[in-house]
Amino acid sequence: MSLQVENLKVYYQTLGGDVKALDGATFSVADGEIMGLAGESGCGKTTLGHSLIRLTPPMRFIEGRVTLDGKELPVWDMEEMNVFRFKKISIIPQYAMNAMNPTRKIGKMTAELLESRRVNAQATWPELKRRLDLVELSHDVLNMYPIELSGGMKQRMVMVLSTLLDPSLLIADEITSALDVSSQKAVVEMLVEFRNQRCCNSVIVITHDISILYQIADSIMIMYAGQLAEKAPTETIIHAPRHPYTQLLISSLPEIGVKHDEKRLSGIPGRPPLLLDPPAGCRFRERCPVAFDACLEPPPFTEVASDHFVACWKEA
Amino acid sequence: MRRYFGRKLFIYALTFFLAATIDWMIPRFMPGDPVQNMLSRAALHAEAAEVMHGYYTRAFGLDVPVWQQYINFWIALFHGDLGTSVYLFPQPVLQIIMRAVPYDIFLLLPAILLSWLAGNKFGAFAARSKWLDNTISPLGYILTATPYMWLGILLAWFFGIVLGIFPIAGAYSFTMRPHLSWAFVGNLLKHWFLPFASLFLVKFGGWAIGMRNMIIYELEADYSHYLEALGAPRKLVRQYAYRNAILPQITGLGLDLGVVVAGALVTEVVFSYPGIGYLILAAIQNQDYFLIQGCFLFIIIGVLLANFIIDIVYVIVDPRTRTGMQGETV
Repeated sequence: MSLQVENLKVYYQTLGGDVKALDGATFSVADGEIMGLAGESGCGKTTLGHSLIRLTPPMRFIEGRVTLDGKELPVWDMEEMNVFRFKKISIIPQYAMNAMNPTRKIGKMTAELLESRRVNAQATWPELKRRLDLVELSHDVLNMYPIELSGGMKQRMVMVLSTLLDPSLLIADEITSALDVSSQKAVVEMLVEFRNQRCCNSVIVITHDISILYQIADSIMIMYAGQLAEKAPTETIIHAPRHPYTQLLISSLPEIGVKHDEKRLSGIPGRPPLLLDPPAGCRFRERCPVAFDACLEPPPFTEVASDHFVACWKEA
Repeated sequence: MRRYFGRKLFIYALTFFLAATIDWMIPRFMPGDPVQNMLSRAALHAEAAEVMHGYYTRAFGLDVPVWQQYINFWIALFHGDLGTSVYLFPQPVLQIIMRAVPYDIFLLLPAILLSWLAGNKFGAFAARSKWLDNTISPLGYILTATPYMWLGILLAWFFGIVLGIFPIAGAYSFTMRPHLSWAFVGNLLKHWFLPFASLFLVKFGGWAIGMRNMIIYELEADYSHYLEALGAPRKLVRQYAYRNAILPQITGLGLDLGVVVAGALVTEVVFSYPGIGYLILAAIQNQDYFLIQGCFLFIIIGVLLANFIIDIVYVIVDPRTRTGMQGETV
């Protein structure tokens, strides 16, 4: 087991009170697994990703345990986490386009970052160049400033940089959101290639684009309103989802071969609840077509089949 | 690179032309007659005054049509002739200004540079912790909101009148003649200190506030967050933020250096410090067209020169300008 998360709660502090953006997440990611993390905006998927590596105010750690390769991560401590960052756990951020210092040459910045982490930059250089080849970037980029690169090139450069020290866990946060579809495909394929070449061990891919996950993920975890709804192998999530939210979400996706002027694409009626004061019990209850009395109690996230977890009373 | 500077130079030349034209126009639009003004002090006989008036009007070249005066102004300017002062007749304007400029540079250059250096260091330092931020920032806001002359008057009152340790007027004691000796230099520094302090303190507050805000902005920038996410030590994150935060401060420094010859008008008036600022006031009060014109011309040249230097410095310190030059947008 590479990553284990137990009952992780991270709230946002606001003047109006705590926003319960991540309210008790328990899951694990296996060695070499690419886990997709999907859900609509505001469901807490980015909060989950960030709380594993850089938990800063207004985020506040409430409780929970995060274990990576058998060692507990002190996610609540900015300073102590530094030992693990980059080397054990790394991130390709949502803002990869602006992630590099605009006034430093990329190579120089990389060297300074490595040296600051007490890693010999010179010894790492051949590997860095090999990985640039892997993502089809010219070695010249090391002598350029970030503004001289296109968006896709910056994305790939950040990908190389983040995985340079072979982290055990890589968090890829919305890495395809700013790219066109052909670049999207290239980037996600490179991500799989990185995993295959052991440049990183396990990967969590955060996205709202389920079709991307279908192409690359081994498993998919669906979040709703700050809680986990379902986690299962990719094929199961796409073809045999068991949580009502996942079922509705998957059925909302367009299918190839269906003309949507004949068959109207169905959505999910209603809106997700506000997380400042979420309703008791199952948070999907208000929008759920199969809700019943038991849903007034929060459903447990239980294993209904091998590697298939669902938080729903209908399935428990 | 060449095209970039060529274009810049053209813009500066155009700006100089327009600014000099306005500079020529402003004193001439003032109501009143400088020659009349000058003669009235002499209390002459009416007939003699008439003759003298005709003579001086011709001497200053004010008898020809306005358009002719304007062309003569440019011709004289290209010969390095700024005219003759009305108020300090018959001294040439250039000579009067050259006598005042050293005092301005001596007063303002240290005030501008030192306040910039100290303000940036302190501002970056203040952004480091809540406690420092809560003490240094309000102090900076109070200082930068203080008018120079008001602080000057306060300092003059306290150190000059109450404590009596600093003189409050002039560049050196009236009993002394300028010469090179320890006594004279000491005297000069003693007169210099209060005007310098009033300028330094106000400017220092401004720079410190600016730097503090810029650093906080840069520390919240994406690249800082990314460095933190990769476990970079605070030192590296701060170093990058400081280097980027200083760029707008350099622009500010350029603008401040541009007015180095006249940036202390009110301070110089408060302390009767014989710089260009003091000269401008006297020139305006006496409707001295040529002296006003000459003083402003020095300011124009100073501002343009400083801007040009900052353009060059920017090319060195900010790679984005360098890259921009290769594009179409230069």
